[in-house]
Amino acid sequence: AAGMFLRLLSDLQWRAANPRWRRMSSSRRSSSTTAEPHPVSLPAQAQVVICGGGIMGTSVAYHLSKMGWKDIVLLEQGRLAAGTTRFCAGIVSTARPVSIELKMAHYSNKLYQQLEQETGVQTGYMKTGSISLAQTQDRLISLKRIASSLNVMGIPCEIISPKKVLQLHPLINIHDLVGAMYVPEDALVSSANVSLALATAASRNGVQIHERTSVSHVTVQKGHVTGVETDRGRIQCQYFVNCAGQWAYELGHSGEEPVHIPLHACEHFYLLTHPLQEPLSSSLPTIVDPDGRIYIRNWQGGILSGGFEKNPKPLFTEGRNQLEIQNLQEDWDHFGPLLSALLRRMPGLEALQIMQLVNCPESFTPDMRCIMGESPTARGYFVLAGMNSAGISYGGGAGKYLAEWMVNGYPSENVWPLDLKRFGTLQSSRTFLRHRVMEVMPLMCDLKVPRWDFQTGRQLRTSPLYDRLDAQGARWMEKHGFERVKYFVPPGSDLLDLDHSKTFYKPDWFDIVGSEVKCCKEAVCVIDMSSFTKFEISSTGDQALESLQYLFSNDLDVPVGHVVHTGMLNEKGGYENDCSIARLSKRSFFMISPTDQQVHCWAWLKNRLPDDSNLTVEDVTWKYTALNLIGPRAVDVLSELSYAPMTAEHFPSLFCKEMSVGYANGIRVMSITHTGEPGFVLYIPIEYALHVYNEVMNMGQKYGIRNAGYYALRSLRIEKFFAFWGQDLDAFTTPMECGREFQVKLEKGTQFVGQEALLEQKQNGVYKRFTMFILEDHDTDLDLWPWWGEPIFRNGRYVGKTTSSAYSYTLERHVCLGFVHHFDEKTGEELVVTTDFINQGEYEIDIAGQRFQAKAKLYPFSSLFTQRRRKDEVELSGYQRE
Amino acid sequence: FYLTPPQVNSILKANEYSFKVPEFDGKNVSSVLGFDSNQLPANAPIEDRRSAATCLQTRGMLLGVFDGHAGCACAQAVSERLFYYIAVSLLPHETLLEIENAVESGRALLPILQWHKHPNDYFSKEASKLYFNSLRTYWQELIDLNSGETTDVREALINAFKRLDNDISLEAQVGDPNSFLNYLVLRVAFSGATACVAHVDGVDLHIANTGDSRAMLGVQEEDGSWSAVNLSYDHNAQNEHEVERVKMEHPKSEEKSLVKQDRLLGLLMPFRAFGDVKFKWSIELQKRVIESGPDQLNDNEYTKFIPPNYHTPPYLTAEPEVIHHRLRPQDKFLVLATDGLWETMHRQDVARIVGEYLTGVHHQQPIAVGGYKVTLGQMHGLLTERRARISSVFEDQNAATHLIRHAVGNNEFGTVDHERLSKMLSLPEELARMYRDDITIIVVQFNSHVIGACQNEE
Repeated sequence: AAGMFLRLLSDLQWRAANPRWRRMSSSRRSSSTTAEPHPVSLPAQAQVVICGGGIMGTSVAYHLSKMGWKDIVLLEQGRLAAGTTRFCAGIVSTARPVSIELKMAHYSNKLYQQLEQETGVQTGYMKTGSISLAQTQDRLISLKRIASSLNVMGIPCEIISPKKVLQLHPLINIHDLVGAMYVPEDALVSSANVSLALATAASRNGVQIHERTSVSHVTVQKGHVTGVETDRGRIQCQYFVNCAGQWAYELGHSGEEPVHIPLHACEHFYLLTHPLQEPLSSSLPTIVDPDGRIYIRNWQGGILSGGFEKNPKPLFTEGRNQLEIQNLQEDWDHFGPLLSALLRRMPGLEALQIMQLVNCPESFTPDMRCIMGESPTARGYFVLAGMNSAGISYGGGAGKYLAEWMVNGYPSENVWPLDLKRFGTLQSSRTFLRHRVMEVMPLMCDLKVPRWDFQTGRQLRTSPLYDRLDAQGARWMEKHGFERVKYFVPPGSDLLDLDHSKTFYKPDWFDIVGSEVKCCKEAVCVIDMSSFTKFEISSTGDQALESLQYLFSNDLDVPVGHVVHTGMLNEKGGYENDCSIARLSKRSFFMISPTDQQVHCWAWLKNRLPDDSNLTVEDVTWKYTALNLIGPRAVDVLSELSYAPMTAEHFPSLFCKEMSVGYANGIRVMSITHTGEPGFVLYIPIEYALHVYNEVMNMGQKYGIRNAGYYALRSLRIEKFFAFWGQDLDAFTTPMECGREFQVKLEKGTQFVGQEALLEQKQNGVYKRFTMFILEDHDTDLDLWPWWGEPIFRNGRYVGKTTSSAYSYTLERHVCLGFVHHFDEKTGEELVVTTDFINQGEYEIDIAGQRFQAKAKLYPFSSLFTQRRRKDEVELSGYQRE
Repeated sequence: FYLTPPQVNSILKANEYSFKVPEFDGKNVSSVLGFDSNQLPANAPIEDRRSAATCLQTRGMLLGVFDGHAGCACAQAVSERLFYYIAVSLLPHETLLEIENAVESGRALLPILQWHKHPNDYFSKEASKLYFNSLRTYWQELIDLNSGETTDVREALINAFKRLDNDISLEAQVGDPNSFLNYLVLRVAFSGATACVAHVDGVDLHIANTGDSRAMLGVQEEDGSWSAVNLSYDHNAQNEHEVERVKMEHPKSEEKSLVKQDRLLGLLMPFRAFGDVKFKWSIELQKRVIESGPDQLNDNEYTKFIPPNYHTPPYLTAEPEVIHHRLRPQDKFLVLATDGLWETMHRQDVARIVGEYLTGVHHQQPIAVGGYKVTLGQMHGLLTERRARISSVFEDQNAATHLIRHAVGNNEFGTVDHERLSKMLSLPEELARMYRDDITIIVVQFNSHVIGACQNEE
């Protein structure tokens, strides 16, 4: 009944707001009775075709048309705003843990607020505020973390006591609460009407909207979108935007060249009630009770309450048309636990009469973040979908970023966390998606603790050594489907319980990782790093060198056997990728990038390398197992195994050579460790992996070799101020901003991408600076641990956020890495950040509202790089310290 | 000491077994859908046994529970042998001939039974030859006796029970040159076992009962509620007819000493049983067999002890009482269980718990609010109730396990109390027998569609 009402309302307003529509709809009605050809036919061509008339599609159309693109057609298979958008609860909430999502929600809120004035369409916008409740101290910590990031964004937000909650919302039972977060500017809207308002504005700007038109597939030629086939004919276009919501996956797969959009629908239930005897005020704040897994908002004098249950019901796994959205059944037994939570939170509602239990499917993604961006395989094919039930909160911002992406080539913010290219084909299995979303949906309400690992969809990509390492106590995490070791639980020690690792404080693996780090410092450790993305680029002539010189900022014209660390920059000088490239021969190069670069880097190279059959790029990730030997004795192990001298004179650092290790020949040995510690990475053809591993472990025994994991690696690289792409570096960060000028060869004699921007920065200075912070008054045992995303304060003023952090076992302090900006005290304008600015400040890091003094450094502690031979002399005196 | 729910479950589920009658062409044409069975020991080792098998040369399925006393030897032997005796009794003359000819000429035998056994249900390898020879003698006699009439199930059951008991008795009297086997047949004869066996063939259900195990039919009334129909009579002191029968079979002078303290001769609870030759043989025979028997037997005070007032044996019989029931569509299931269950639960509760288990899981209708006026509180109450019903059911995939959970864990309100369950299951071996008896349960589920179709055909 409520849905019907909304539907009627939106129809009326849509027609009122758009006179052209009335003509179209009446003619359509006559056509359906007389079976005449459709009078308003589709255009034969357009610049952009958007598929999907929900909040995403209309928002993209709105923003594109605002940015000046007019030749746009929006197609909707049913009626505008009739899918998930119509059913959704209409809560606009900025309380998001991921910074980019927070920014999108903030923008959406501002957009919706003025939308009614702009378009004349009633949006039902009501600034009610929202209150997120904490039933546990851990929950309160996570709310405080969000509050910190909202505050530095200038979004009003406060942590309040349970008593204050009762003042704001009289119906709430506060007895089990320890606190709450109040965001006064969060709002409610009628989501269908917001969508209609956006459509109205877009339509006035010239966007053509066609309902009851479904896209069957998108045609792609030579890697570019050329057109769209619909049930009403073909439209030629340069750009296609897939905003098909839960059908986005299927639509992506319908073309000849599939576009993998990993999302999966789950049923989502919420309850509507009749009004209370004394109808609830429409300004009453929305309640989010994550520990009870529910949200509650006022709705027409009654309430609307839904939630994210522990046992979600995925649907449409087999594809569409299994069940129409409109025919989904209410399932009270399934809703039961949420109803219990609701009545526990608001016991006074017992006598309230039920109106309806709405079943409104939502689509979820494998990592709980939405999906936007351009397909890596089809240029001009853009996607915006997978909103994880926050479509209304993200709608405005997401549409804006995507429109900027299409018009400007890149959005105004770093959207890598949302980029379609963070996924590959491997996340596109239906079984994987079905299993993963069943884990993701409950996570919406679960505590977000540091270092969370998904439990489903695991053991997909593994190293050949997986079983061996697992048997030795490896604990695993996953990146881009690849299993990687976190650390090794020593034999005999108690099994680590998953629950115990779920903490904002010192984790239970602290000592384990500590001993792995110690071994890296004093002896030698092996870390399996096979997950890293590996490409080989070669040519018949000089094409490979020439192309790479253009795409990379460092000078790659080095002697054969040298390894070069270099950024793959965009036109603004920002890091699209950060890699190590070895020159294997005059004409071939071996490139190592972060694990999650597999799709992005491939697409970047493919789109920019000349179309030349003499130049080949091959993804050889799967061909090599990589073993990282870290530590002062790595050199001894390797020279014994290879009968070759490995000392610095014979094998200087940043050097690459094929050699034999044990019986295996053709092992690519590089003197890099990704940590700044001495050692080597061995790239081993996979069939030799087990052999080489066994040889290394046997030979290493006398040097105290042991296995280590990524947590040790992370601690080592962060204490050495090594930035990692995807964590610290992104497309908005240049080498100049992170102290890597030495990796840029502005005068290498050839032009390269980003050169101009870097030159300008070199002359004018940078507006942010990558800085290392050593926490001073932080008690590792008792205080909350930093993670990433913590606000940095300089002389009491907000200057930026951390990007990664780790405990340094050597310094016995926490180290945070992050960017420092210089905002003008009066105008807030960004000013140049100088070395003096960094050095002449008193810094604090805000961890969940508590500030810790921090010492800023622009260069790593040189003593940490003390040469390997010195170690022997200080062995008895323990760690080296500054 | 406290058992966690998973520990409790692993104890309860250790012996559970389920069998689903296979379907042909997507259809199950049998009147039996399948059965669930389970055992919970109180004695160590458990003295109960269970058997289930499909007759391959005739139609029908056999299921039985056996409650041993004075050891488990007799119950074990009966559980291995009785169904063969029944199956042979049911075979037509030609089939018996065919089998005999096959044995004679060393050809492969037609299989007679397909057993449905839990891995813990074992057969004695050592005695198989001996048992087979006895069985062969039986069918040879049946061939000689060829009456030409079609076999009546009731008669077959009675004959099989009596014949097996007779063979047990004879084997003990004759003895065996192999000392192990000799001791075995004596232990079988000197211990005892009750038996409650069901034979299901289409809509014809026969229950043959000897002793105090019980068969109960679960019937679903038109209003959906559950009622219990007994398909067996307990043969014990509480059964007036049974007391009457025993008194009839002995001189009036013994009337007072026959049943004392609700026990036969003041000693034995069941009034009918297999084995128990101490209540069947003459004193002379008992003494002779014991004296010539192995030392172990001689040293056993129980076997040497002659019941008081023992004048006119036999006092005990293995002859079953057979009840025939034509299955109706409302007859949903059959429960066969040893007295361990019936001591703790009323049959009405058994019918309800199994009935709700079998239907509740599959048939709980979804709730729809529709146009009704329902408040949040009412809905919450309704859902809580439904959940409580489902959650206790969902823990078990086996109706017999579910029943045992209730039998052991029920509190005064008739719901499973985990604490009580945990306490009962963690009792040390020597104490367990004081609080409960061995429990063995088979729950047979009927195929109402097939039964309904059979009825319509007639």
